[in-house]
Amino acid sequence: MTSIGTGYDLANSIFSPDGRNFQVEYAVKAVENGGTSIGIRCKEGVVLAVEKIITSKLLKPNANKRIATVDRHLGIVYSGMIPDGRHFVDRARDEARAWRDTFKSPIGTADLASRMGGYMQAYTLYQSVRPFGITAIVGGYDPSVDLPVDGEVGRGPSCGAGGKIPGKNFGGPGLYMIEPSGLYWGYYGAATGKGRQAAKAELEKLDLAGPGGESLTLEQAVKEAARIIYVAHDDNKDKDFELEMTWISGPEGPTKGLHQEVPRALREEAERLAKKALESDDEEEEGKDDKMEE
Amino acid sequence: MDHRPQAWGRPRDDVYGPYDASYLHTSMPKTATQSPIVTGTSVIAIKFKDGVVMAADNLASYGSLARFTDVKRLRPFLSTSVVGFGGDVSDMQFLDRHLTELAIDEAYEAEGCSAGDVSSSPSSTSSSDSSPNKNGQLNASNLHKYLTKLMYRRRNSFDPLWNQILVAGFDSASQPFLASVDLRGTAFTSPSLATGYGAMLAQPIMRKYAATEEDAARLTREEAVKVVRECMKVLFYRDARSLDRFSLAVVTKDGVEISEDEVLEEQSWAFAERIRGYGTQTV
Repeated sequence: MTSIGTGYDLANSIFSPDGRNFQVEYAVKAVENGGTSIGIRCKEGVVLAVEKIITSKLLKPNANKRIATVDRHLGIVYSGMIPDGRHFVDRARDEARAWRDTFKSPIGTADLASRMGGYMQAYTLYQSVRPFGITAIVGGYDPSVDLPVDGEVGRGPSCGAGGKIPGKNFGGPGLYMIEPSGLYWGYYGAATGKGRQAAKAELEKLDLAGPGGESLTLEQAVKEAARIIYVAHDDNKDKDFELEMTWISGPEGPTKGLHQEVPRALREEAERLAKKALESDDEEEEGKDDKMEE
Repeated sequence: MDHRPQAWGRPRDDVYGPYDASYLHTSMPKTATQSPIVTGTSVIAIKFKDGVVMAADNLASYGSLARFTDVKRLRPFLSTSVVGFGGDVSDMQFLDRHLTELAIDEAYEAEGCSAGDVSSSPSSTSSSDSSPNKNGQLNASNLHKYLTKLMYRRRNSFDPLWNQILVAGFDSASQPFLASVDLRGTAFTSPSLATGYGAMLAQPIMRKYAATEEDAARLTREEAVKVVRECMKVLFYRDARSLDRFSLAVVTKDGVEISEDEVLEEQSWAFAERIRGYGTQTV
């Protein structure tokens, strides 16, 4: 590490001469040690999944949830330092509430990502704080029609709130990944944490940006998410893990626009398929080895 | 020259005379809502064996003017309870927004604490896995207690929320629950309840069908809805601040059904001919 001994990594608010903030880079290292989390955006909604490493047998199975709901329609999953993530979620909930107080409507996915990106970035600016040791994935589904204003009593004007361009689609699924530097982009598929390389490779195969991704149904996305977490898990280094998955569909979909945990039956089915896919992969590899030996 | 900070930016006393600060000291305390402005009239509700039926008309009056005619005064809470509002409509909006925030916060709590319970009992192959876990969330009884405290606190700060509220749903023992709270924080419960004019006109009718909890536990849903519709008709006949379009909510264990465009049918105004003492009649 070129940073060691130079002194430029001692404070957050100091650049190195070649224009790097080493504290932020160390924070990224913290993320790279965390359990893999991924997000998949498809036409019908968003799926979030996390590989929850079981650090102790004394932990209650399926308790200690890692994916958090913000307002009703947004989900946040993160890899890295969990207490940092908890605080990040608390802040996101505060932002969502402040948005409701001001605009009397739920916050959009892009707006939340923007605000949280700004919040994360502020922690790279000052001597007195350290950056967040997490990369967060924010998923949501913004409604395409006008929602009733909070507390509204009547139907309002029949023409609606206006501001809509005919023929243009509004709302839809949104997926953003926010890094410790505060950098955030919108993604078709996002992965972070320990197994991000393998997960990203798998996500790219799904062709989420292309015509294939468009045709991916939400249930398929759930199954792919489960498979990718299983692929990204490193059996040798880590012990057991639990798969936690949530999803957000549009108003016509299974979650009615809300962020919810994937039903247990579907999750178990997805896990079964994921394990089966892994086994058949292993067999193939073994087959190749045999051939080589021949 | 007066250099004290209190005098900064003030007209000079030697030129303009001493500053008259009397307007800064009023003898009255701060006054907030002292009377309602835009109001909704009665809310009525009656228990039946599987739940509660509630109704309120869709009118918000501005004094005696029928100002807004598509007002929703029955608000669902967490899809397990219904809150019906009489009285000031802006205070109702405030409460509605407040309850929306409360519901969201409650869902966070439930997500944090009850999430592990679902799977800890492997025998339960509950499909409620996906539906929001209702255990640990506010039920109607909790919600009513909360609103009671809120209303009483506001009354004690001389800034009441000018509403009469009915809360319908289920209590902790999963029994149908119905209770009221008003702007003074007065709270009580009964098999049938009505606010405003309804307390005088609809309550006696509803008591014929559900005088006691036992009576209410024998009522079917259809009977309860019929009684409530009848009461809404009587209220429309007799209450000058009412409307013939109303909302009807039925709370059962399956959730909350609210229909907001009910219309009074089979009205008969024949009785009006026999009433003397109003309008242009010459007796």
